[in-house]
Amino acid sequence: MNKQVLLVEDEPNIIEAISFILSRDGWVVKTHSNGADAVSAVLDRKPDVLILDAMLPGKSGYDILRELRADPATRKLPVLMLTARGQVKDREIAERAGCDAFMSKPFSNADMLETVRSLASK
Amino acid sequence: MPTSRDTLTGSRIREKRIVAGLKQSELARRANISPSYLNLIEHNRRRIGGKLLIDLAQALQVEPVTLTEGAETALLANLREAATDGDLPESELSRIEEFAGRFPGWARLLADNRRRVESLQRSVEALTDRLTHDPHLAASLHEMLSTVTAIRSAASILAEPGQIEPEWQRRFNRNIYEDSARLADSSRTLAQYLEKADSDATETNAPQDEVDAVLLRAGFHLPALEGPGASVDAAMEELGAGLSQSARWLLQRALVRYADDARAMPLGQCAEAIAQTGSDPLALALRLDVDVARAMRRLAHLPDDMLDAPVGLAICDGSGVTTYRKPLPEFPLPRLGAGCALWPLYRALTRPMMVLFELVQQSSRTGARHRAIAVSQPVQPARLGQDALFESHMLIVPERGADTQEAVRPVGLTCRICPHPGCEARREPSILIASNTHRF
Repeated sequence: MNKQVLLVEDEPNIIEAISFILSRDGWVVKTHSNGADAVSAVLDRKPDVLILDAMLPGKSGYDILRELRADPATRKLPVLMLTARGQVKDREIAERAGCDAFMSKPFSNADMLETVRSLASK
Repeated sequence: MPTSRDTLTGSRIREKRIVAGLKQSELARRANISPSYLNLIEHNRRRIGGKLLIDLAQALQVEPVTLTEGAETALLANLREAATDGDLPESELSRIEEFAGRFPGWARLLADNRRRVESLQRSVEALTDRLTHDPHLAASLHEMLSTVTAIRSAASILAEPGQIEPEWQRRFNRNIYEDSARLADSSRTLAQYLEKADSDATETNAPQDEVDAVLLRAGFHLPALEGPGASVDAAMEELGAGLSQSARWLLQRALVRYADDARAMPLGQCAEAIAQTGSDPLALALRLDVDVARAMRRLAHLPDDMLDAPVGLAICDGSGVTTYRKPLPEFPLPRLGAGCALWPLYRALTRPMMVLFELVQQSSRTGARHRAIAVSQPVQPARLGQDALFESHMLIVPERGADTQEAVRPVGLTCRICPHPGCEARREPSILIASNTHRF
C-alpha cells in the first residue's frame, strides 16, 4: 500500500505542483489549506509524513506543530516545515517547535522529494 | 523670577556688542549708563526693558526685538530634555538658563548632540521595527516568495525530460502565466511601498538631509537673499534654527552661494531674460554673462510662477556624492546614496566644461520625459601646479512635447528599484528582477 503524505499549504499552485511531484513518485497526497482545523485533519487522515507551511490562515504552522508534538498520537509524526522566511532564527523556532526537516521557499522539486522520502524511511 | 526670554537678553546684548566690535565702556557711554551697570546687564544680573532697551538697541544698530527674542527658547527646551534624560538633580535643572547664558556655544553643542542621539535612536528603532514588525513588508515578501515557489516548481516539472500529459502541461503553463503576473504586481507594489517609505521618512540622519529638508520647506526660493537688502545672516537665523552644527555649516555655504547667484542675476533681469529664452540655462547664461552652472542654480531658485514649469536640480562633487538636490514629482532624486550612473550629471564629470543636453525618461516612474542639461565645472580658479576640483550640475526640465524624433535615453532612479535587467551601469541587484540575464 502506498504511503500517504498530508500537505497543509494555502497557496493553490504550490499545492498543485507538490501534489503532482509526489503523486508521480507513488505517494497518496491529501491536501488541506486552513491552519485553524489542521490538527483535526492530521488526526483524521493519519499521514505517514506531514508537509506543513509555517504561515497559514487561522493558525500558524508552528502552533499546529506544537499541538501535534503535545499529542502522543502525533508526537513522532515526521514533519517537513515550509517557510518563506529562511533566517537562522526561523530555523531555530521550527526546530524548537519539533519539526524534523525545514525548507525555505523557494525550494527545488528534487530536494522536496528527497526530503519527504528520507522522512518516510525514518 | 525673570522669564527665560528676559534672562538671556543680557547675553544677546553682549554677543551683539562683541560682533559690532564695541568695548563695554563705549556701548555704556552711547546708552548713557555706567560700564559697571552694563556689565551687570550683560551677565543677566539685571533685567531691562523700555527706554534702556531701545537705547542699547540703537547704540548697537539692531532692532530691539533681536535683543529680547532668539532661538534660545528651543535651546532651553532641548537642554531641559537633556537634563531630564540624564537624571540631573533639581539643583542643576534650575541653573539651565544660567548655563545657556554663560556658555551659549557649549549649550548649543550639548543640545545638538542630544538631538542627534535622539534622531539616531529613532532611526534604529524604526529600522528594527520595520524589519521585524512591518506587517505589510512581511506579507508582501511572503506572497512574493510563495509565488516564486509555485513558478519554480511548475517550471521545473515542465523542464524535466520526458512527456507530461497535455492536460497537466496546460495546467502548469497556465499556473506559471498567472503566477508571473501576480509576481509582477506584488513586486511593483512592494517597490512603491519601499520608495514611499523612503520619501515619507521624516527622520533625517545626515547633515545634508537636514539642509535638503530646510530648502524643500522653503520652496527653494528665499526672498531674504534677493534684492539690495539681502542678508545671509538673516536667512541663517530664519532657516538654521534647530539644525545640527554640521548642517548649519552646509546651509551657510548654500546660502552664501545663493546670495552670490542672486547678486549676479537679479530677479528682474532673470524675468526679462526668461520671457525671451524660457528655461534654457545656456541662453540665460549668455544673456546675463554668467557661467552655465550659475544659470542652472538660479533657474532652480526662481519663484515657480516665473517659469513655465518648476525645474529640478542635482549637484554632485567630483566623487559623485550629491551635494544638492531639488527633485521634481516625476523625476525624483534619491534621498540617500547616488542616483543612476547613466544620468548626464555623472557623465559630465568625465567631460569637463562640455554641456550635455539629453532627453531622458526615468523608467520606474510615470514615463514622463525630461530634458537633462549637465555640465561639470571647476570649483575654484586655476592655480599654479594644482589640479582643479570639479563639480557637476544637472538641470532637469519637464519636456511637454510628446511627439519628438529625438532619441530618449532610458535612465533609472537607483539600481535597487530599477527594472532594466541588462543595464551595464548596474551596481547592485534590483528587487524587481530575480536575475540580470534578461534584456530590455
